[in-house]
Parts: sequence; C-alpha cells; structure tokens
Amino acid sequence: MSQQGYVTAPPYSQSQPRMGGFSAGFGPPNSSLHYGHYGDPNSSHAAPQPGPSAIQSSHTSSGHPASFQGPQPLPLTQHQMALPPGPQIPPPANNFSGLCAQSSLPNMARQDGIPGSGLPNPNLQQLPGQTPGPGYHPQQGNYGPQMAGSQLSYPGAFPGGPAQLSGPPQKRLDPDSIPSPIQVIENDKSSRGGQIYATNTRGQVPPLVTTDCLIQDQGHASPRYIRCTTYCFPSTSDMAKQARIPLAAVIQPFATVPQNETPLYVVNHGEAGPIRCNRCKAYMCPFMQFIEGGRRYQCGFCNCINDVPPFFFQHLDHIGRRVDHYERPELSLGSYEYVATLDYCRNNKPPNPPAYIFMIDVSYRNINSGLVKLICDELKTLLDKLPREEQEESSAIRVGFVTYNKVLHFFNVKSNLAQPQMMVVSDVGEVFVPLLDGFLVNFQESRSVVNNLLDQIPEMFADTNESETIFAPVIQAGMEALKAAECAGKLFIFHSSLPTAEAPGKLRNRDDKKLLNTDKEKTLFQPQVNSYESLARDCVANGCCVNLFLFPNQYVDIASLGLVTMHTGGTLYKYNNFQLNSDSPQFLTDLRRDIEKKTGFDAIMRVRTSTGFRATDFFGAIYMNNTTDVEMAAVDCDKAVTVEFKHDDKLNEDSGALIQCAVLYTSISGQRRLRIHNIGLNCSTQLADVYKTCETDALINFFAKSAFKAILSQPLKAVREILVSQTAHMLACYRKNCASPSAVSQLILPDAMKVLPVYVNCLLKSSVLTGRPEIPTDERAYHRQLVMSMGVADTQLFFYPQLLPIHNLDLKSDAVPAAVRCSEERLSEGGAFILANGLSMFLWLGVSTPPELIQGLFNVPSFAHISTEATLLPDLANTYSKKIKSIVEHIQNQKPYTMKLMIVKQREQPEMLFRQFLVEDKSIHGGASYVDFLCCVHKEICQLLN
Amino acid sequence: MATYLEFIQQNEERDGVRFSWNVWPSSRLEATRMVVPLACLLTPLRERPDLPPVQYEPVLCSRPTCKAVLNPLCQVDYRAKLWACNFCFQRNQFPPAYAGISEVNQPAELMPQFSTIEYIVQRGPQTPLIFLYVVDTCLEEEDLQALKESLQMSLSLLPADALVGLITFGRMIQVHELSCEGISKSYVFRGTKDLTAKQIQDMLGLSRPAVPIQQGRPLQAPEQPVISSRFLQPVHKIDMNLTDLLGELQRDPWPVTQGKRPLRSTGVALSIAVGLLEGTFPNTGARIMLFTGGPPTQGPGMVVGDELKTPIRSWHDIEKDNARFMKKATKHYETLANRTATNGHCIDIYACALDQTGLLEMKCCANLTGGHMVMGDSFNTSLFKQTFQRVFNKGLNGEFRMAFGANLEVKTSRELKIAGAIGPCVSLNVKGPCVSENELGIGGTSQWKICGLDPCTTLAIYFEVVNQHNAPIPQGGRGAVQFVTQYQHSSTQKRIRVTTIARNWADAQSQLQHIEAAFDQEAAAVLMARLGVYRAESEEGPDVLRWLDRQLIRLCQKFGQYNKDDPNSFRLSESFSLYPQFMFHLRRSPFLQPILYAYSFHGPPEPVLLDSSSILPDRILLMDTFFQIVIYLGETIAQWQKAGYQDMPEYENFKHLLQAPLDDAQEILQTRFPMPRYVHTEHGGSQARFLLSKVNPSQTHNNLYAWGQESGAPILTDDVSLQVFMDHLKKLAVSSAA
Repeated sequence: MSQQGYVTAPPYSQSQPRMGGFSAGFGPPNSSLHYGHYGDPNSSHAAPQPGPSAIQSSHTSSGHPASFQGPQPLPLTQHQMALPPGPQIPPPANNFSGLCAQSSLPNMARQDGIPGSGLPNPNLQQLPGQTPGPGYHPQQGNYGPQMAGSQLSYPGAFPGGPAQLSGPPQKRLDPDSIPSPIQVIENDKSSRGGQIYATNTRGQVPPLVTTDCLIQDQGHASPRYIRCTTYCFPSTSDMAKQARIPLAAVIQPFATVPQNETPLYVVNHGEAGPIRCNRCKAYMCPFMQFIEGGRRYQCGFCNCINDVPPFFFQHLDHIGRRVDHYERPELSLGSYEYVATLDYCRNNKPPNPPAYIFMIDVSYRNINSGLVKLICDELKTLLDKLPREEQEESSAIRVGFVTYNKVLHFFNVKSNLAQPQMMVVSDVGEVFVPLLDGFLVNFQESRSVVNNLLDQIPEMFADTNESETIFAPVIQAGMEALKAAECAGKLFIFHSSLPTAEAPGKLRNRDDKKLLNTDKEKTLFQPQVNSYESLARDCVANGCCVNLFLFPNQYVDIASLGLVTMHTGGTLYKYNNFQLNSDSPQFLTDLRRDIEKKTGFDAIMRVRTSTGFRATDFFGAIYMNNTTDVEMAAVDCDKAVTVEFKHDDKLNEDSGALIQCAVLYTSISGQRRLRIHNIGLNCSTQLADVYKTCETDALINFFAKSAFKAILSQPLKAVREILVSQTAHMLACYRKNCASPSAVSQLILPDAMKVLPVYVNCLLKSSVLTGRPEIPTDERAYHRQLVMSMGVADTQLFFYPQLLPIHNLDLKSDAVPAAVRCSEERLSEGGAFILANGLSMFLWLGVSTPPELIQGLFNVPSFAHISTEATLLPDLANTYSKKIKSIVEHIQNQKPYTMKLMIVKQREQPEMLFRQFLVEDKSIHGGASYVDFLCCVHKEICQLLN
Repeated sequence: MATYLEFIQQNEERDGVRFSWNVWPSSRLEATRMVVPLACLLTPLRERPDLPPVQYEPVLCSRPTCKAVLNPLCQVDYRAKLWACNFCFQRNQFPPAYAGISEVNQPAELMPQFSTIEYIVQRGPQTPLIFLYVVDTCLEEEDLQALKESLQMSLSLLPADALVGLITFGRMIQVHELSCEGISKSYVFRGTKDLTAKQIQDMLGLSRPAVPIQQGRPLQAPEQPVISSRFLQPVHKIDMNLTDLLGELQRDPWPVTQGKRPLRSTGVALSIAVGLLEGTFPNTGARIMLFTGGPPTQGPGMVVGDELKTPIRSWHDIEKDNARFMKKATKHYETLANRTATNGHCIDIYACALDQTGLLEMKCCANLTGGHMVMGDSFNTSLFKQTFQRVFNKGLNGEFRMAFGANLEVKTSRELKIAGAIGPCVSLNVKGPCVSENELGIGGTSQWKICGLDPCTTLAIYFEVVNQHNAPIPQGGRGAVQFVTQYQHSSTQKRIRVTTIARNWADAQSQLQHIEAAFDQEAAAVLMARLGVYRAESEEGPDVLRWLDRQLIRLCQKFGQYNKDDPNSFRLSESFSLYPQFMFHLRRSPFLQPILYAYSFHGPPEPVLLDSSSILPDRILLMDTFFQIVIYLGETIAQWQKAGYQDMPEYENFKHLLQAPLDDAQEILQTRFPMPRYVHTEHGGSQARFLLSKVNPSQTHNNLYAWGQESGAPILTDDVSLQVFMDHLKKLAVSSAA
C-alpha cells in the first residue's frame, strides 16, 4: 500500500474543492508544490527591522467574499462583532484572571478589524502587475494587492495607538484564499483516515496526527511513537544548512496505542539478555543484516560485524532473511520490548516495584477551600485503581502519605496498626525520612489504616492557622523515602502557595512586569534559587518523579516550583483560584488519569543513529547528565522527547538514516525492561525530496520546544526573530532550489509546509513568546513547561485550537463535525461552537443560537437564561445534549490534561478570553493575524531571494 | 557524758551532719596538720519524721552579706525583742509577728531541739512534678518488653497530677504527643544533628508564632492552657493513652546489618529532652529519666562507632588517650548536664546492658544534677525493676522521697571558711566573706544547686580554719555552721530546711587528745574517699593512690604512738583504729569497706573480718558491698545442701541455717537503692568471684604456709593483704626518713 501520494500525485485540486482559486495556481503537475504567488518587488536585502516602517502588510476590515468564493459566506460584519464598551460587563470568572481585567480591552480587541493608519506602504503599492480593487487573480494565484494597512505586530510590540482605530476601510486579503490548516487536516483525513497504515517502507510519511487510522508495525516504529520533521534527510550537512530545516524526531516512547492496535511484544532472552552490537551497543532490530548463513550479522548503525550468539542462531532463507524473521519481534518490528537482565539494574539488584507518595499541603488555604478533604476522599477510591500489569491481580505499587505545611508529617500506615501514626519532621533544613517500615504500604493490605488516615487528615488540621509552606523539603522528603525503600516512584504533590517558610528552596515573589521585553525577561523563566536544580538532579538519580498539582491564588513562581517536575518527567497541573464546586471535576479527572497512567520508572533513553549523523540536542521533561543519556525519573504515555540531529558526515542514500531509540525502565510491576523503537528514514541529495517529506506538525513541535528552551538564555525578541527568519529561510530555500521558476513576487510554499506560516504565527503569539503584562508570568511559565514535554498531536492542538461548529450537527451521525478555522469570521450569531486547545475548552454561543439547541443543551428557554457559571454541561436526555456531550468527550479523549469547559456568550466580557484562541486573527496581546504574518514572511523571503 | 560515738550518731540523726572532727583545731596551721580536713557530710533532707515543718517564713539576719537564719544559737533579748546573729553579731529586731515571744513562749526555731527546722513558704506558682521518659528502642525484644512493662507500671506510681512525657530514640528520636485521639503523633528528629534549645523548641512548635492569627479567621480563645501540654500531660488524663502508646512501642525499625551496632542517638535524645524542658518548665522540679540498653553510636555524644569490629574504648584506650570519641562525648554530656542543672532539672540514667553503655561519658548528667545512675545487665531483671520502682517509693510520712531544685547555702562563723563541696551539685558561684580561696571540691562559692535529691543525698562540705595560730581560741569557744536548703518538696511546696550546728574549738597543741577523741573515722574515710575520687576525676597527673597513701601515712605519723623507726611500737588510738583498714579497702575497691557476716552452727550470725581467713567450709557468708549482696555457702554447707539435708525433717536446723542469710539479704534488698545485685553462690561457684575479689587476701598462693590449713580459703591474687599493707604502713609511719 503506497502512501506516497504527496510525492508523485498532485491531486490537490481534486481533493480540495474549497481551495477554489488556488487550485488553478498549480499549473502543471510538476509544479504542484507551488502554492501561490505573491508579488513583492522589494529587492532590498535588509533583514527585518522592528518598528512601524519596516514591515507592513495590509489587512482591511470589509470582507467581500462573495465575489469569487461561494461556499464561505462571511457570517458577520465587523460592526456586529464589535463589543459594547465594557463597564457594565462583569469581569470574567475564569482561569485567565490577569487577562481581561481592563475595561479598555474591548476596544483594543477590535484593532485588527479596523484599518490601520492609512499610511500607504510604498513597497507594497509598487507591486507590479497589480490592479486596484480586489486584485485577486485566481489564475495566477496572486493575492494581496493594496497592502497598505496597519502595522504588523511582528516583531516589535504592538503599538495600540488611537491612530489605528480610525481611517478609511481598505480592501483586504481574503482569508479563504490563503492556506487553511483545516483544509490540510481534512484532506489528510479524507485521503488516509480510517485506513491501515503499515510501517513497511523506509522514509514514508505517515498520516497527520489529526487523522485517525490503524497503524500496523511492519518494521518501523509507529508514528505514535516517533514522528520526524522530515522523513528524508539531506545527504550532506551543506544541504541541511542550506535548507535550514530542522532534522528532528519527536519520540513519545510510551505513547498510548488504541485497543485495536497490537501492544508491544516482550522479548525475553533470559540470562543472556538483549542482543547488542559489540561496537555501538545498538539492540538487535530489523536493521541488522544477517550474513554468512546467519552466523553473523552486520549492524545497521555502525556496520560492525558481530557473531550471532549460539542460542540465537537461525538459518537464512533464499533472500537472506532469517527463517524465524516473523517469529521474532526484534527482527520484524519497529517497536518491541526486551526483558532486561541484572546488568541493567541499579546496583545489579532486581528493582522493587515503584511507589506513589501523596504529599498534601495542609496549610490554612487548602484546608479552608475543602481541597484537602476532596483529595483524601478521592484517594480512598482511587487507590484501588493503581496501574497494574495486565496479567496481575492487583497493583504492585506501594503507596505512602505525607502532609505538610511548614513542617512535614509522615504517616505510618502499616497494616497491623490499630491506628495510623503521624511523625512530624520539623527539621526542614535537612529533611529526612523518619520511618522505613510502614510508610510505603500495599493499599490492599493496609486499606483500613489508610482509610482511617484519609478520614482523619482533614479533621486533624481543621483548625490550623498555618499559612506558610515549604516546598523543596517536601520533594526532598519524598525522594529520600523512595531512596530508603530502594525503589523508584512518583510523588503527587498538592500545593497551593509560594513557599515562604524558612527552609531550603524558600522563594519570594520576584514577579516583575518591568522585566518584560528586556534582556532580563529570561530570568522569570529560570528558577529563583539554585537548590531546585540540584534537587532535580538528585530526584532523577533516585528515580523520583514529581507530579505537581498547583492551586494558586496568586504568583507562586512556577518557573521554580515546576523545575523538578520538569526534569523528572513529571506532570504539572494548575488550577487557578481553585473553587471546590466548579473545579473539582477537572482536578479529579486529571488526578485519576494521572494515577492510572501507564508509566515507565527510573528510565534512561539512548538514541542511536546510523553513521553520518547523530543526536545533538534533546528537548523534553528530561534530565541530561551528559550529552547522550536522556534520564527520566519516569516517563508516561504523554511525554515526548524531541531530538535534534546533525550531520557529522555524508549520508548514504542507499542505507538511509536509521534511528534506534532505546528506553531502559522499570515497569509498574517492578520489572526492568528495555523498550526499543526503530525507524528508518531516507536520504537524498535532492532538496525537493526533503521538502516533500516534511511534517509541519513535527516542525512546529520542534520549533516550539527549541524556542521555549532558548528563552532561558536569550531575549524574547531574538528568539522570535530567529523563528521568523528560519521560517523564511526554509521557504526561501525551497523557492530557490525546488520551485519552478516564477516571479520573485510570488509566494510559493512547499506542499508539506503550506501551513507552516500560520502555525509559526500561532507559536509566536503563544503567551510564552508574548511579553505582555496582561499575561501572568506563571501562566507563561506553565505553558512553557507543558509544551516542553508535549508530543506532536498535543502541540498541534495547543497552537492551533480545534473550533467545532455545533449548531448544524447531523444528529444521526456519530461523526464529530468538521472543524473550522480559528477566526472570528467563522463564528456567527446564530451559531454555537466548541473550541479546545488541550488545556481549555469553550462553548461559545452566538446571540441568536437556535432556542432548541439552547433548550437541548441547557434545559433553559432562552439565551438570556444560560448560566455561564457551569463548567459541565448538564446531563439531559435529548439528542442535542447527548451528541454534544459525546463530542466533548471525544475531544477530551486521550488528552493529557482535562479541559475545563467554559461557557461563553457572544458579546459578554468573557468572550475576550475566548477570542485569544482565534489564532488566525490579530490578538489583543499584539500578535499578528495570519494574513499579516504571511505578508511579513513573504517579504522576508523576497529579501532573502534577492 | 555520752561517748563521741553516741554524740556523732545523735547529731547525724537530728541534723544529718557528720564532721570529720567534732572538736575543731583552733588555728589554720594546726588544722592543716590534722591531715584529714575539717569537713562534714551533710544529708540536707535527712528524714525526720519527728520534725513537723513550720508554716512561716524564716527570720533572717538583716545584714545583707549575712542573712543567716534565726536559730537556737542566737542570743535573744526577749525584753527588747532583739536577737544577735551568731555569725556576724548583728543585732536584729524581731519582726512584728514575734511580738509575743518570751523565754517561755519561744518560737520553734529558738528551741535547742530545733537545730534543724523546716519552713514551708509560699513562693511562686506551684507546678506539678514532671517526669520525662527517654527510652532507647534499640533493645532486644525481651528487654524492651520488660522495660515497657516497668514504664507502664510506673504510671500508677506517679503523683496523679504529675506531668509525664515520652521520648523514644534509636536511629532517630521521637517526641511523642500524648493527647491525640485516633492517631498517634510524634515529632521526629535525626540522631546525627545537634540542635540548640531554640531550634528544638521551634521544631516542636513550642515557641509562639509571631503572628498566630490569620486575617479573616475568627479569633479563637486567646490562650490554650500551656503550650507544652502536647508533650507533657497530667498522668491522670493520659495514663490510658500512654499505656497504649508504650504497649505499641516497637523496637527501632531500622535494619541493623550484620557486624554493626544499632544506631543509637542517645546524645541527641537527651539534648532534645533537656531542650524541651528548658523551654517549657525552667526551674521547676523535673526528672529526665533515660533508659538505655547500649552505648550511643551516632551523632553528638557518640561513644563508639557502629562497627562491631571496633570495640568500645577500654581502660587502656582511655589511659593512652586513645578513646576516639571520649572527649567530645564527655563534653557534649557535660554541656547538657550543666544546662539541665541551670534549669533545675535532673537526669536519671538507667543503663542495662551486658556490655558498656558509655556511662563514663554520661556520668556528669546524673552527677551534676543529682539524678540516679543505675547499671544492670538487662531491663528484664529484678535489679532494674525493683530499683526503678523504688525511685517512686514513699517515705515514712507518705510523701515521695524525692525533692527538686534545691539551693544549699552554707554560712560559717568568722573563724571558718568554706573550701568547697563534693556531691551531686553544681556551683552557684556566690562569693562571700565566708568563701575560702583554697578550693576543695567545687569551691569558690557558698551556694550550690542540687537539682534532684532525696533523704539520702549527702554532700561533703570542706572547711578551712582561718583563725591565726597566735590568736586566742575564738570567743565563746564554739564555731558555728548553718546550712540553709531551699527546695521543692515532692508535694510541690517550696520548703526551706535550716540546720545550725556548733562545735568546740580546742588548741591542738595543748588539747590534741580532745581533738583526737572527737575524730569520726567513718566520716573521715568517706570525706577522704570523696576527695580522692574528685581528684582522680578532675586532675590529671598525680596518682590518687599515692596521694591517699601519703595522707594515710601522715595521719599515722601525726596520731600514732610509736618509737621512731620501730614499727612494732606503732599504736593508734581507738578513734583511729579502723581508719587504715578503710583506706586499704578503698584502695582495692570502687567503694569503701564491704561488710561480711558469717552464719554457722557455732553461734548466732556475727560480723567477721573481710578476710580470706573468714571463708570456712562450714560457714555461710553474707557479703554486702552496697551494690552487691553475695551469699556464699562454704564447701561443706554446699555439699550438705546438694545432699538435700535441708529437706529432711531431722535436719530442720540446717534448713533454718540456710534460710537465715536469705532473710537478712531480703531485708537489705528491700530497702537499698539502687537495688543491689543479688548473688547466691557457693564454694567453687563461678560467681564466688564476687566474694573472693573483695576479701583481704591474707592467704594467697604466695604465702604457702597457709596451704592445707583449715583456716580459710586462699585467694589467687598478687594484691597485698591487709597485713602486709599494715606492716608497710607502720614501717613508713615510724620512719624518721619520711
């Protein structure tokens, strides 16, 4: 089954009826990669400069879509979308408290809809061959005349001066005429969705992350485990430098596979252990070539010839393949597991099963909010659901309990005790574990004591007035406990405040808006004190993963608190202004999911490559002690490590580029195992081959992580400039080397990268890369941290949210409606939409939402009756409700974080928050609209080409 | 006139005082020539069932530097209502309450029989007694079980309102909260880190937070009773809880690998106990009771490492300054002991183990604070169980035989000065006119603090005669000493006991025979023994034994009657006759002279010489060395017993003979504190060593003439016998060369 349609077939026009005018721009099939033509006569080679005059583009306020594109009637006029001035609108009650407090925001929000200063842009107005007016030439794929308009926010700050709020309306680029992410997703879905994707060919490009299909491992790792920025590496480093396409793989070694796909086989060679190449230590895999009748094999990675161990010997068949090829997963599959021998264990001792330690902040706030009781009550049922191996009766994971405020309380819950024992450790300066026996217990055995304890904890601290907390000693204590018990494990820390008590890791509020957009902004993302770094190192060294559930009311310095979580492969959860009623479901779902997660503990990952290139940089929730070993105290199904490769020699087109990722870990039952993922990529001396096989979603994952890492050391401005210039470089290089000759002013995008600009723009607009005082520092640090460990699917959704219309559903079908582009123009007064980005979910209701939909969903008679307080849709016995709830469930399914549903009514203030997720529009925080950004990138490309 | 023996006994019974000399040499020079210093043994709280305390404040001399208490020795002018202080001769008005006094209506303190009187005074709040148990959990299961039972039992012996606390330790230290329902709580400390009192109090949450009330919270009742109540609770409130807690007490759970000692954090545990009381109940009667089953092996105060292959320091190591941890550990415990003493608390040490437990390093904890120190083999012995129980014994008047926080002040008439004290006390550094510059024992002060004491607690107090040689015998012919002991009675009352004594002066040149006759050789032996031990502990260098010998020789030279260079002419008067023998036994043993009784068919039980010649086959011996009670069956007796004669009706008298020493031993065992080690052995028994090591080796394998004689049992030793010792002493005493 060939999935190489992208290479040979140009079925673009056929499969994309709504692309309308663009299809005509492709011309002959061999030029199908040319996306569009964008005239720009500017021949200056200057680098982009900040400031109003350097980069200008156009966008106008009045749409006139009907002129050439029927199927997309523009739903709303600008006027209709404009919000009434704010005073009577209550402040939003939602997570993003810092963002919408200003009454001036409603005005600013519409800046993108109002024409700019009206200053003519000399560059753009000199476009040759452009006619005034709509100026859209479907035949040529040209667009974007009349580029005069407001300034693009990139790369400088958005100057929200009043001048931009006035001025004559101008023509603007039709949004439907520029590459649509939704279209790309839908196309891939329709061409590859629901099919079987077999990984039998080196270098084949998998379906997009948004496409559902059944994946069959036939020798290369499933894209669920590994996705690459390109599936064909340039042969030489010169080529790579020229293209500036990052060569990277996003590895999610424990990714969840659907029920209908085969779980990983476990290979057990007994005491002999895994078979490895003598020289490079690569594990036996389909890339090993058996020779000499099967007595020897040549390593695919380093070409070393190794003897086949006698117990592993097998004859070869007529095509030189071992007779048992299909019987051995390590010969025929891309992914499989080995049972590790004692050599692979800490101190050469078989590991103990891991342990989970629950560490609850019992300071006044958490007691008062009812959180402690909530956690304790939940744990009573949750502890029965600890993960276990399929074949086992009960979980081998042991549990322990600690509470703390400014001192630590350990609990002895040994099964033979009549009542639990509490041991207070107040020496937080040098914390230690006061007990060994009875701290970590099997829940089944100690159930009554544990339940007794969980009943007592909320009461025990009911009249506490302790408001100070510690933090680093808590982690230290958990780590010491695991160390003492000689096992790996996870800490579940439920914390709510800045740790100001006198103890190691004590923090002060150092949030300072004045640092934004200065060279010191980076310090906000760095930990405040060094002790967290060394703590992280110790945790990793002891296999202690830290999961952090934060319930902040104000700044808690996530950059510091989250650091250990980040480096230990833990997960950070944050619930701002936690309210028991509205936020419990979200928190509890997260907690349940996290506890039940299949996780590998005390893991170390090594990425081996065939000769000619090597892994140089790693991004993720990991810790690196040296340049090659990726250490993770734990790694779960949601954690992905992005690995960048660099050439160190020429790559051979015949042998391709092979990657083997081996993760040594301890399973939930305490078995030491190796998980191996192998993938083979092609190599080519033709840049076109490289561009053809790029995967934009993986590129964005890489760009996001590398940019988010870079902000620790570089000013935000520089990071953003690099992103834009690299985007431009990649596209310019394509234009120069791969595209058929055309006017310089034409914007030509490679097919596989045609939505790269919109995605890069989304990345640039993300709160992390936007230094705006309205965005709380903690929020930025939080997002930064989450993104660092995300897989491709998660980053795709995070940066380009899913916007689903639900007002015109086919109630009979099970299907989830097709998404629409994240732009205000796609909304309508009579519509209702669900928007989700993996962290937040909104239900947006237009003022004229059909009453039957309202009735069906909320059981209230009219729009005015809908309460926006709710965070869940009521359970109602009607098809609307059921259908929409199932859609919500589907969206939520397999996402690492539970999204809290916010109900947003059109023209009410909370809508501001929602608007920020309409990522194709100009953002209130100064991000450029898609169109503006495209113009900007185009301009850069032109400069480069000249 | 009564004999001096009677006089001494009478004085001891009435005042709890025994002087080395009961007639005092009247000049400094003569006094120093007496060899044995002028000193006394004072038992401040000697039980006086016949002494009803008076319920008012003592009347003090108005001179600020004197402040002596009105006493029977004072001259009183009943008409003018004046009294003259017998120490400083200040004339004082009686307070208004004494307006009605006359020769026939004297207040008690003026009556001669009240030379010792006790006042009950109302001062400060009364706080209940405090008992803080500090329990080692690194014990064998059986030992721990026994200790737990003893501790549980003790709860019923405590005064009902007493506060009790529990600290357990092993590798770590747990301070238990005692008032918890549903969950048992403890504060845990690591055993390797020393903490200041402040840190300990902070960590236990005993220091009050600066801003305890959160904004927006309802104000609670401002004060909970006492902040420390979490750790120290009245027995009657928590005895059930504590009994359960003790019952659930487990052995230290941390694994001890082969070849290791358990990690025992005695040093930090004690430090926390001290810090806890220091912060919460300073200057109130409190006992820290440490129960330990082995040496401290980690942290400050460690005495030996946890490697079993490195043995605990031996005498040789100490001598060669080769005991690695000793100095540091001793310093740690000394610091603690001094702090404890400052706080007015006392530390008991109950150490039960077969090996050493580091008492050498820890001894100051008990010594400086007046605590008990008890050594046994196991907590599962009656030695420990009975001893511990006896700590809570009640006296004749039904009150606990323990008192706390005593302040002993000594006042002297002007011919005398105070040189120092030796006993379970610390100096309060109160200088004054009656303090001598020459120190003997803990000197340089006229006041000492005794944190824990009982009716047997006895201090040695040393004086210096300051009267010049040529000066006349002081006015009135008598010198006086007043002992004022303020203390917290076990009933928590504040009491003051005042003892005022006087003794005659005598000119040593003209009246030496008076002085000689008034020599109390028993008291003198004890006073010299204390000096010797004190010197041994506090001074390096001079050999204490040589010093003792030297003193003895000098005494013999001074008081013996002899012809120069003729040892056979040497005689000592009766009041000195036993003294050399005491010294002989002091040199040989850690204690003074044991008593030996013989039981036989030849007559009623009789005391016999502590000599190997007393060991005869047809005798049963009972030896009381204070710490040991040994019953020894002579060879024949033992054979008879094996033959079972005692069970035959016709040999009932044998049965009685066997029983008699047992009964007598029982009597001793029942009253002695600490309970002695009880040894029942026979000729040839391995435990017979307890007897053989104590008796005078008059017959050894060296003096062969004794072999084969029916006159006792030879001792295999190279030690000299009393005979040799005496011969040698005589020779030296009469030598003109000396």
